[in-house]
Amino acid sequence: MNYHWDWGVFFKSTGIGHEIYLDWFITGLGWTIAVALVAWVIALILGSLLGVMRTLPNKALSGFASGYVALFRNVPLLVQLFLWYFLVPDFLPESLQTWFKQDLKPSTSAYISVVVCLGLFTAARVCEQVRTGIEALPKGQSNAAYAMGFTLPQVYRHVLLPQAFRIIIPPMTSEFLNVFKNSSVASLIGLMELLAQTKQTAEFSANLFEAFTMATLIYFVLNMSLMKLMGWVENRVSVPGLIGSNGK
Amino acid sequence: MKVRTQLIGAAVIGALVAAPAMAAELTGTLKKIKESGVIVLGNRDSSIPFSYLGNDPQKPIGYSVELANKVAEAVKKELKMPNLQVRYNLVTSQTRLPLVQNGTVDLECGSTTNNLERQKQVDFSVGIFEIGTRLLTAKNSGVKDFADLKGKNVVTTAGTTSERLLKAMNVEKSMGMNIISAKDHGESFLMLESGRAVAFMMDDALLYGEMAKAKNPGNWVVTGKPQSFEIYGCMLRKGDPQFKKVVDDALKATYKSGEVDKIYAKWFESPVPPKGLNLKFPMSDVFKKLVANPTDKSAEQL
Repeated sequence: MNYHWDWGVFFKSTGIGHEIYLDWFITGLGWTIAVALVAWVIALILGSLLGVMRTLPNKALSGFASGYVALFRNVPLLVQLFLWYFLVPDFLPESLQTWFKQDLKPSTSAYISVVVCLGLFTAARVCEQVRTGIEALPKGQSNAAYAMGFTLPQVYRHVLLPQAFRIIIPPMTSEFLNVFKNSSVASLIGLMELLAQTKQTAEFSANLFEAFTMATLIYFVLNMSLMKLMGWVENRVSVPGLIGSNGK
Repeated sequence: MKVRTQLIGAAVIGALVAAPAMAAELTGTLKKIKESGVIVLGNRDSSIPFSYLGNDPQKPIGYSVELANKVAEAVKKELKMPNLQVRYNLVTSQTRLPLVQNGTVDLECGSTTNNLERQKQVDFSVGIFEIGTRLLTAKNSGVKDFADLKGKNVVTTAGTTSERLLKAMNVEKSMGMNIISAKDHGESFLMLESGRAVAFMMDDALLYGEMAKAKNPGNWVVTGKPQSFEIYGCMLRKGDPQFKKVVDDALKATYKSGEVDKIYAKWFESPVPPKGLNLKFPMSDVFKKLVANPTDKSAEQL
């Protein structure tokens, strides 16, 4: 294949101001992290609440939570993003609509849409992890707590959740990494995150393979570091003798 | 005996002269086509009216597709293979370069701008079209030219020359525009239609295409002084002078015979499938010049 390799492309001028292509990748990485972290906070809070709801004896609450999971897990992420970005704003009152579409900077309105979309989507997945974490605990644990006179909130607060959250750290790490990878959908609504900047570099410089190699490396290093970080967290919080504590 | 030697000598010389000539006929892409019996043309799915899928998803149509077929006819004649098979391979703006380079596609005729960056990777045929980059806006938006865009939201399609020009203009003239980069032309127009942007900057021919697709084509107008001119070309593998000559000659013949005017009128000035829309985009002076003097240079090199 007669491809013209040029690894120096990252230091070439983009033709816009004094930018070089590497600047685009750095800006892109910034947006990727900004999207993923905020979406993760939403997912973690909402997902934990829903996960707890799914295990509650109250039929209405657990029904609501499983309905939520069914809805958000079974519709493709891309479809959800288009709905949040193009359809939902049209249902807002007129003044809010103008504000969202015209007064906000386009990158801000795209950012809000993608963070909400990704946060709610990932919440459904976090919910399932939290539920399985709680259900993995022996029934005797909650029974014993009730027998000692704990109320329902106390059972969750002091007995179930502290153990469940420790068990699910490995699968939650996957979800955490998924948020970073899934944030690449933002490129489709014009948010210039890492993938969008990569595609743009590829188009402008005609050095497609170099651009995508760089993106691969950045995603890899980023996710590798997050994995290490989560491994460290897992070790830090592990309690000897508890389920899933590696016998330490 | 002497006569015989002379005869043998003549035969040897004849063979020596003829054999390399025959071998020279078959290198690169032409050799590949001859051996496989197939020429693969790259097509786009929604570059209206250049190369897109109409009513039959198996058979792309459009202005560039017709020109590519002219080339395929010429290749048939050149290789004396009347039964040469023509196959289409769908490409996107991201895949078109590597697919030409790695041999999946022999010739890509769509809406690909000939520029210096791409010339490092592939060769271009003589130009098949020339566009100017302009603005599409609502008739009542008050936008007449690029200067009116100060502080406004402007949309363009990601990865296009318009995007680069717009961003450069924003920095150089400190216009304070918010530039939205949509993923394709359809989405760019959606941004414009839904009020997220006041104007859409793109190749004029494509803007006319989007306008023709709009619910009320009469509400929109293409305006502004062209910020650049760009020549579209067909892409082929680099360093293949034989194939390039066949491609260029076929296109030049189409220009010279005036056939290109008929093809142009069919796709730009009459209703085209699938919806029977008429782009009403008369041939520009820059393109007329290109047809009169075909070149494989990019607009910036001229």
